[in-house]
Amino acid sequence: MSAILQPLIETGRLWRGQGTVPRRDALPTGFDALDRVLPGGGWPRAALSEILFPADGVGELRLLLPVLAMLGREGRPVVLIAPPYLPFPAAWIAASVDLRCLQIVQASEADALWAVEQCLRSAACAAVLCWPRQADTATLRRLQLAAETGQTTGFMLRPSQAATQASMAAVRIGIETGPSRLRVLKCRGGNPPVQTVPFTAIAA
Amino acid sequence: MQWACISFPQLALDDVLRRRSDAPAPLVLFEGAGSRARVYAANTAARHHGLSAGQSLTAARALYPRVNAVEYDAAAVERCHDFLAAWAYRYSSQVCRTFPQALLLEVRASFRLFGGWAALHAELRRDLVALGFEHRIAAAPNPHAALVLARARDGCAIEDEAHLLDALGMLPVQRSGLGAVCAESLQRMGLRRLHQLFVLPRAELGKRIGAQALLHLDHLRGAASTALDCYQPPDVFDQRIELPFNTVSHESLLFPLRRLLGDFSAFLAGRDSGAQRFTLAFEHERGVPTEISVGLLAPERDPELLFAIARARLDRTRLREPVCGLRLVSDELPPFTPARRDLFDTRPQRAVTWDALRERLRARLGEHAVHGLALHPEHRPERAWRVENPSRGTRHFRGVDESLPPRPTWLLARPIPLRERVARVLAGPERIESGWWDGADMRRDYYVVETASHQRAWAFRPAGEGGPFMLQGWFA
Repeated sequence: MSAILQPLIETGRLWRGQGTVPRRDALPTGFDALDRVLPGGGWPRAALSEILFPADGVGELRLLLPVLAMLGREGRPVVLIAPPYLPFPAAWIAASVDLRCLQIVQASEADALWAVEQCLRSAACAAVLCWPRQADTATLRRLQLAAETGQTTGFMLRPSQAATQASMAAVRIGIETGPSRLRVLKCRGGNPPVQTVPFTAIAA
Repeated sequence: MQWACISFPQLALDDVLRRRSDAPAPLVLFEGAGSRARVYAANTAARHHGLSAGQSLTAARALYPRVNAVEYDAAAVERCHDFLAAWAYRYSSQVCRTFPQALLLEVRASFRLFGGWAALHAELRRDLVALGFEHRIAAAPNPHAALVLARARDGCAIEDEAHLLDALGMLPVQRSGLGAVCAESLQRMGLRRLHQLFVLPRAELGKRIGAQALLHLDHLRGAASTALDCYQPPDVFDQRIELPFNTVSHESLLFPLRRLLGDFSAFLAGRDSGAQRFTLAFEHERGVPTEISVGLLAPERDPELLFAIARARLDRTRLREPVCGLRLVSDELPPFTPARRDLFDTRPQRAVTWDALRERLRARLGEHAVHGLALHPEHRPERAWRVENPSRGTRHFRGVDESLPPRPTWLLARPIPLRERVARVLAGPERIESGWWDGADMRRDYYVVETASHQRAWAFRPAGEGGPFMLQGWFA
């Protein structure tokens, strides 16, 4: 039996409720404290991760820049779909993101979800970032399936109020302010830690 | 030299049938007008109902009243023949379309590229099935023999002269390409197969059947040769499909659109070029056609990709009036450079390249919806970046001036008043003063501030003044 189950446990598809099995294909977040609590030690590949933040400018991009910088080095584009503001090149370069692999897609609210699904499904992108304002559970499920089909890593940045909504994302992390902390709300393949993670250390 | 001949036994009929989504329904082509209209050709379903070429159209309609009758258009058949020649150009540089309903290709030179006759033969047939043409294929050392063999013995391939004589010898005189009168008289003389002719003394045979027929026999055996006109593909693709009905529904336009783009793709493959820009015109009964111009960033020729893009553009277009015809024109056909993929590419199936994905996004969201970003060496934040388009190479300034204080990750292209209450100022002021020479003069003191809800903002005030902050960016 265990020969059949072993691959499922290793890839995190099956979890037996005890301990965490390190997954081999996770992407380091760049924040050691966060890596330690996430099963697999980082953002899951080929899945959707959700970041819930209370307001603009609380570190929602700081959390992602290390992983984007790393993914950008793969050569495939990192796509931002309908970002709320313009990425300031000087700051992104300072965070060692290669601007040549950064692509921005301008789209309306309705078209943006379509574009996200296309990008996730196509397997042409290293990462896809999106800011869905109104997404029902069915849409989220669709996007998660698209990320799995296209083997693409997706990040969804949503307001904190969405935390109560059921989500298919593999990892959900809420940013809390004053003092700045990260709360892991959900992580596939492990129990979410009770303690919050301090979010002050600047990524190396 | 080795010549392949592709013969199209029902070119005119196929030309009409392949554009219709209801192809299996009985259909006849007719020529002539009024009561003198005669059936020129009938498809399988029509023949099944007893309709055949040569009948008067009235008789055909009496036999099967619901038959679709389409007028035979010689010019359309010529265009179709041209298109096939353009397609065949992919497989050989010497294509001859002189003979009616047939194409001749010199194939020996292409064997190395395509892996011999068997592989090439299979590829030709696969293409023709996909394009929707009935065909017969044969190969022989000379073009005339190939032509006759294709019409008489489908699939036959003869490599050398000795076998050629045997194969030709077995052919009945009626199917040897000699004139009907000549074949008839030979038949009456008791000469039924070509090998009987080949052994007869040449001069005496010539007296009976005439110099023309004698020359034809020499051509067949390769004893006499003729110069053939080689086909040159045109620099413009212009093809049109007339719809059998008028429609405003996008759904019913998809079949002819797919066919048209499939032909376009075959044409492009023949020239080894791709399409950079093409125009689709939806013709109406009255007035100017609705035109959709599709521009691509890189030359493409994959029929599925072209179809997906054209379809996305069509979905966004409102057709004012019923469409009666569809036309595709492209005169911008640059060389095609295929995308490279790794041998051990592990990406999932149905994966598309970024170029293809970008085209798909642009087709739906607009020409300028997808862009990159580049740093611009400039102190004014509003001007410190440039939109970068992949078609146009932009210089990348990678060096960030590290002596400057950190910049925010989000930038507001136009500053707005900072609505949140400022709890404290974390850094600043940093004065940015620039632009007196280009009319966009700017003197501002920038601060990093934290709002009451712990947001970190990059905000400014006019230089040397107090008052409310203007928001320029977020340290997100």
